[in-house]
Amino acid sequence: MKWDISRMNEWKTDEFPLGAVIPESGNSRDYVTGGWRSMRPERSDEKCTQCLLCWIMCPDSAINTADEKVTTYNLKHCKGCGVCANVCPTDAITMVPEGCDLPEVK
Amino acid sequence: MPTQKTIAATGNTVVAEAMRQCAPDVMAAYPITPQTTIVEEFAAFVAKGRVHTEYITVESEHSAMSACVGASAAGARVMTATSSQGLALMWEELHIAAGMRLPIVMANANRALSAPINIHCDHGDIMGARDTGWIALFAETAQEAYDNTIMSVRIAENESVLLPVMSCLDGFITTHSIDRVQVMDDESVAGFVGEYTPANALLDLENPVTHGSFAGLGGPYFEFKKAQREAIERSRKVINDVGAEFSELSGRPFGMIETWGMEDAEVAIVVIGSTAGNVRHVARGLRDAGAKVGVVKVRCFRPFPFAEIAEALAGLKAVAVLDRAESFGAEGGPLFLEVRSALYDNAERVPVIDYIYGLGGSDVKLELIESVYKDLSDIAAGVEAPAGLVYLGSR
Repeated sequence: MKWDISRMNEWKTDEFPLGAVIPESGNSRDYVTGGWRSMRPERSDEKCTQCLLCWIMCPDSAINTADEKVTTYNLKHCKGCGVCANVCPTDAITMVPEGCDLPEVK
Repeated sequence: MPTQKTIAATGNTVVAEAMRQCAPDVMAAYPITPQTTIVEEFAAFVAKGRVHTEYITVESEHSAMSACVGASAAGARVMTATSSQGLALMWEELHIAAGMRLPIVMANANRALSAPINIHCDHGDIMGARDTGWIALFAETAQEAYDNTIMSVRIAENESVLLPVMSCLDGFITTHSIDRVQVMDDESVAGFVGEYTPANALLDLENPVTHGSFAGLGGPYFEFKKAQREAIERSRKVINDVGAEFSELSGRPFGMIETWGMEDAEVAIVVIGSTAGNVRHVARGLRDAGAKVGVVKVRCFRPFPFAEIAEALAGLKAVAVLDRAESFGAEGGPLFLEVRSALYDNAERVPVIDYIYGLGGSDVKLELIESVYKDLSDIAAGVEAPAGLVYLGSR
């Protein structure tokens, strides 16, 4: 069962979990950090050799794959750090400004 | 009742013995004078198979407390020991251990902080850590260091507390002097501390949890700190209850404060740690000569026994506080600030003088303590009091 924090603003002191322990694991998925981003990675299918170095190096595990191939970026969690573009041996990834056109994060 | 054996041993030896008897799952430690022999003797117990503890040797105290935090979050009973610069290097993890509500037990051999470099006793290290959220017990003797170590486990692991506990003993004076100590049998200690059942063990794979979460950006950090305050307030009752239970078992008294001659005292000295014995010795002599003097020893500094101090010192003609630590630029040393604050709500105003003494192991001669009682009797007789704090015995 998911940990219900919808009423957290109404919690009394003794309702907060001991030592700020969250009684479930893997909840960082629910914490959307993509909104911090000012630059977004874009990948060229032509240049990409599918070496997966970006997938290995991404500190936020924000590179989606299918059948061992890079597909899209998880923009809910990509902070735009640019590590992927930096390590790409074929310069297939370009960091482009988000500008004023920030995508809606859900 | 336990079988007790009287031995001649140093404070560090009996702290290591108490730790062995409490059987921690993990110890992560780094050596530092004058604590080293605690973790050294404990390592020997591990090597000889006399305790089944995972002993983690680390490269610094920062790592030692980090490993303790990790092991405790994993669900282990964890102990360590440190001193002075080592405690200072643990600074950030001390707060983390308390904030994560991990019942780690640590011995601290009270020692001066640099600079200048010094390895001898004062309370500058632990007093600097007084706001980290740890419960802090102080020992006067090797016996109290042994007893406090065992009680610390029960206090820390009590489900209404779940906070780390520091058990402090005076560097060299208590850690390295051979003293007469009554040591209990292993079964009695094991029975007293009991089995530890962690609240949120990371290694409980059936119930996965997240430790070390983020509570910023408008999150409930403030509420977690309030919960921590409530826990240390609840610990007052637990400390007294555990102390009473341990007293019954061991036949030795325990109080958050311990008083001598306070029934009819007109003046008193408040003191922490090994110097309490010297003060009692001097007070006994003065009593024999007819002076109504008393001694208040503080055995638990965090939580601070405000009500007990206020009651013990109410109606006195003068009080001296002996501080073995500085709080530069403050009105006095850390103990003075607490004691005078505790007296503020009493109807009658009692003059309180602060004496800073014994920094860096500076000798605490009996004449110095006599001079403090002389000052107090002067104040009681209406003679002008020393103005401001006194550096006792300084040149």
